[in-house]
Amino acid sequence: MSLLEIDNMRVTFTTADGDVNAVNGVSFGIDAGETLAIVGESGSGKSQTAFAAMGLLAKNGRATGTARFDGTDLLTMSQTQINRIRSKEIAMIFQDPMTSLNPYIRISEQMAEVLMLHNGLSKTDAIAESVKMLDAVKIPDARNRIRSFPHEFSGGMRQRIMIAMSLLCQPRLLIADEPTTALDVTVQAQIMQLLGEIRDDFGTAIILITHDLGVVAGFCDRTLVLYGGQIMEDGPTQALFDNPSHPYTRGLLKAVPRLDRAEAELLTIAGEPPDMSRLPQGCPFSPRCAQVQNTCPSLRPELQAFGSERRRACLLPVEEVA
Amino acid sequence: MSTILSVRDLSVTFDVRKPGSWPWTAPNKLHAVSQMSFDLEAGQCLGVVGESGSGKSTLARAIVGTVPSSNGVIDFEGHDLAAMNPAQRRVHRRDVQMIFQDPLAALNPRMTVGEIIAEPLVTHEPGTSKAERKKRVQELMEKVGLLPNLINRYPHEFSGGQCQRIGIARALIMKPKLLICDEPVSALDVSVQAQVVNLLMELQRDMGLSMIFIAHDLSVVKHISDQIIVMYLGRQMEMAAAETLTTRPEHPYSQALISSVPIPDPALEKARVRPILEGELPSPLAPPSGCVFRTRCPKLQASCAAALPVFEDVGGGHFVACPFHAAEDVLAATA
Repeated sequence: MSLLEIDNMRVTFTTADGDVNAVNGVSFGIDAGETLAIVGESGSGKSQTAFAAMGLLAKNGRATGTARFDGTDLLTMSQTQINRIRSKEIAMIFQDPMTSLNPYIRISEQMAEVLMLHNGLSKTDAIAESVKMLDAVKIPDARNRIRSFPHEFSGGMRQRIMIAMSLLCQPRLLIADEPTTALDVTVQAQIMQLLGEIRDDFGTAIILITHDLGVVAGFCDRTLVLYGGQIMEDGPTQALFDNPSHPYTRGLLKAVPRLDRAEAELLTIAGEPPDMSRLPQGCPFSPRCAQVQNTCPSLRPELQAFGSERRRACLLPVEEVA
Repeated sequence: MSTILSVRDLSVTFDVRKPGSWPWTAPNKLHAVSQMSFDLEAGQCLGVVGESGSGKSTLARAIVGTVPSSNGVIDFEGHDLAAMNPAQRRVHRRDVQMIFQDPLAALNPRMTVGEIIAEPLVTHEPGTSKAERKKRVQELMEKVGLLPNLINRYPHEFSGGQCQRIGIARALIMKPKLLICDEPVSALDVSVQAQVVNLLMELQRDMGLSMIFIAHDLSVVKHISDQIIVMYLGRQMEMAAAETLTTRPEHPYSQALISSVPIPDPALEKARVRPILEGELPSPLAPPSGCVFRTRCPKLQASCAAALPVFEDVGGGHFVACPFHAAEDVLAATA
């Protein structure tokens, strides 16, 4: 059984301009110790899927469907119940560590609080444990620096602190929402290496939400491609990158220049990311698809299994995707 | 080929006062750019890469003239920009234009697209008639891929990619000779990024533009540039043809930087051995003595702290600031 099993999840936000459907029937699972990438552009619903599962949606948002963690549905839980699971069982790290840490409170207090609340440790023990965790994520001189405030650290160090904090209760699932987007490539390499070590040492399952296909390639077992709040395709990372089965994935892979190749010109995907309040009835990618068929704008393709452990949602047969 | 821009020994320093210090104590000097020298040939694109805080944007601003340089010569077609008076500078701005990272923030929300794109015309050619202005704006809008009938819309009605196109149109209306792009695609979505990169390359070809392209994404810089400069803590570490620099970098910093760039190919990524650069950029208020990179350098020698390494030609216009340089293919998989 999967550690987290999301089934037919829908997320809708009520706004003054009408309903915005951010996630439209997404289903997937992640096993213990597995790394899953959720790839998509802004507005594809990748973050909202995770937020909904964690009960972190904005006030005007509501989620339907199920998100079973260890068999119990997270979406129907009360606030008290989900508080017990957050950070103890499922932890989350965010894109911008400066806005996720409280600028008024010392790192020691912020970290100790987690352990005092969830594991009932005394403050002294909690701080000692936090120092150990900061050591593990390679914060130099952790014993003294734990007394610092968030602004006294650089961006990369803050992200390490976020990771240390999320790991305090040794969660079984870590959701990393664009953890390296705000960082330099050299620091990104450090952080990805650290996440890799954590996965190997603690056996934590990781959901990596990102738009960077390069980061995914080196890190994740499985990849799920979202567009317009729907899964376009998913499957083992290697197979998906070698033989993308959806015109969108194919376009994405061709639109990024590669350092090891000399492309004459980048192939582009025409148009702009979709307006989520005005999605077409059929395939959300159809307005931009180079291989669009007559039926695409009106008929929504089902997500169907094919090959080995792969799924795709496209009316075009796999062989014809170019 | 002629050299359009020739920068020699350019330094930019800022005065930084410690909070709470006395007004008469000497301020600390922050060396944002130190002793940069390079040439840009007409019609070529020069890429500048480096981590945040390496001085890329300050370099761009010094060339445009929005921050004063403290030392050195910026020779643009025979005129030293650093020594210009404001009136001369105003004339010069026609030829050197800039596009910015955040496309929406760079546009005035209370002006229509037509007003935004026409503003340089109003400043530099006040005699142009209204009809003529409108004609030129619409021609340019078409050229950058915007529908000319959107001329009366406001910036917030456009997406990020379209706003960047408006920014490009505004920069190009005076037909500049040099276009400086400061992280023009980093705020855009992957699928839109490629559109803007292609547009810039196309415009460069059609209009014979020279470009300076600043970005932290090495893959994009390599794709668009002829030459690349690698900066670290305000200094040039290496400069070479784009292909040479990405496939056979000589400086230990360039090697570390290039090996950190992920490549969207799972098999290759897993086989790559990645020397991870430890630590972070030192403070530019107190840069290390000798080679500025020595505090993080994997090939550190005892002599590195003593003297500043010379930025020298190691053959074929490949410049490196490291006496212990050695070419290395950092992209190859070494399993």
